[in-house]
Amino acid sequence: MPRWMRGLVGLVGFLALWELVSRTGLVRREFLPPPSEVGARLGELVASDAAFRADVLATLLAWLIAIGLATAIAVPVGLVLGQVEFLRRATQTLVEFLRPIPSVALIPLAVVLLGSGPSSKISLAVYASVWPILFNTVYALGEIEPQRIEAARSFGLKRMAVLRRVALPSAAPFVMTGIRLSAAIALIVVVTTELLTGGQGGGLGQFITIARSGGGAMDVVLAGALTAGIIGYVVNFGLERAQRQWLGWSEEVGR
Amino acid sequence: MAAGPEVTSDALRKEGAATPMLRVSGLAHRYGDDPGVAAAIEDVSFEIGAGELVCIVGPSGCGKSTLLRAIAGLHEPTSGDVVLHGDRVKGVPDDLAVVFQDYSRSLFPWLSVEKNVAFPLRSRVGRAERRARVAEALADVGLEGQGAKYPWQLSGGMQQRVSIARALAYRPALMLMDEPFASVDAQTRADLEDLVRRVRSEHGMTVLLVTHDIDESVYLSDRVLVLSKSPARVVRTLPVDLPAERDQITTRGSAQFVELRTEVARLLKH
Ligand SMILES: Nc1ncnc2c1ncn2[C@@H]1O[C@H](COP(=O)(O)OP(=O)(O)OP(=O)(O)O)[C@@H](O)[C@H]1O
Ligand SMILES: [Mg+2]
Repeated sequence: MPRWMRGLVGLVGFLALWELVSRTGLVRREFLPPPSEVGARLGELVASDAAFRADVLATLLAWLIAIGLATAIAVPVGLVLGQVEFLRRATQTLVEFLRPIPSVALIPLAVVLLGSGPSSKISLAVYASVWPILFNTVYALGEIEPQRIEAARSFGLKRMAVLRRVALPSAAPFVMTGIRLSAAIALIVVVTTELLTGGQGGGLGQFITIARSGGGAMDVVLAGALTAGIIGYVVNFGLERAQRQWLGWSEEVGR
Repeated sequence: MAAGPEVTSDALRKEGAATPMLRVSGLAHRYGDDPGVAAAIEDVSFEIGAGELVCIVGPSGCGKSTLLRAIAGLHEPTSGDVVLHGDRVKGVPDDLAVVFQDYSRSLFPWLSVEKNVAFPLRSRVGRAERRARVAEALADVGLEGQGAKYPWQLSGGMQQRVSIARALAYRPALMLMDEPFASVDAQTRADLEDLVRRVRSEHGMTVLLVTHDIDESVYLSDRVLVLSKSPARVVRTLPVDLPAERDQITTRGSAQFVELRTEVARLLKH
């Protein structure tokens, strides 16, 4: 059985179980509508609800900006920390302190500082998703095959050239894994912030809040949640494909 | 010393020999800062003239790779000097290439074979020249048509030849080779030995080559440097006065060759 088929079997099984639980009344149907209803509702929303589409777009956009910013911050900082042991040691405690702070706990601060527009959710998502990329970059630099660096140096490459032409490509697979982890985190934070800041700002989270407050519209709420799941899956799939395509050598070499 | 007009080219050559291309004096290397750790090499001294091909033989673990790394400026020796073209080596000198013993780890797995060979040439020679040199070097080591593959798609012996091709394409003044033929079959090995002899006379390269094969050290070189057990010192430098034109079958069969290899083997027993 090919891989994609195995994956499909799991998915179909899950949906069947959900449908069963809901239709047999094991869980009250207005709390947990069956996937067939949720799917139909999602189709409707996509086809004919411009506001829904705008919300999805707002979330997507905020998310992409957040991942882009997190990468643009974490990779250079990681490269510096990975190279300069003094700075790495000096910042270690700070990093270990900042990292476990749930970004959701910073929502009030962000709203006060940045308002409830998109800059709040983007900033919080950046905050949460910087860490995996940063850690993977620092780790990757420590794991580079020393013989590779020596080979480059023996051909007269100076520090910056070694960094650009050897260290960076060597680290790329780890960095990419970090970006994939961060992408999932950033999506969660964006939607959560939209959900909790309620009312303004738009986005999938806000759509869900409004649907819930409308009362009893669980199929709409779940359609919103499902949308987030689908977006996350598609993007991870794309990133994974890109990683295999461009950085496939790392699987062959083992690092 | 005043060099008058009466100085002949012969005298110049002699003077050239007096200031060798590479001079290693009192070189010692100890890994780490702990003085309790035994030195990897201890007091190694020798000289190599421009265009010479010198082989280094020595017991496994005696410090041959450590010595080459110090000459290449990849690590600072604990004491002693490496002088290249009259300048003390600090950092990697220009115009030098190394074929590493651990060849597979010295290749870049994200680059094709072709790009690996071209790697040191980027920003040094133009595109057309680069392409020509890469093609020539790959053909020289018998890897024509393999350029688009990736190193990890090749056998160990083929990877080793890629790393040789990379150093050849660079055309350095000084080539350091650390057991460069260890993973190839006997016929390829013979071909590569002849290649190294040909290329160094074609390009006037100076070659310092580590090998554990006694016959190879005699066949290849102008001189054999025999190192002691760890920590390495120079036991003896043996001139190889075989004719410059060498042949895998007749040279290796000659009485002089057999005598020399016996001498190297005897020195290694010490
Ligand atoms: N990076 C290192 N750190 C610590 N010790 C090392 C390191 N590299 C080599 N050594 C030690 O230095 C000594 C000499 O090693 P070296 O690799 O130079 O020997 P070699 O003559 O090249 O051996 P071989 O013939 O097996 O290639 C050995 O005892 C080895 O354990
Ligand atoms: Mg060695």
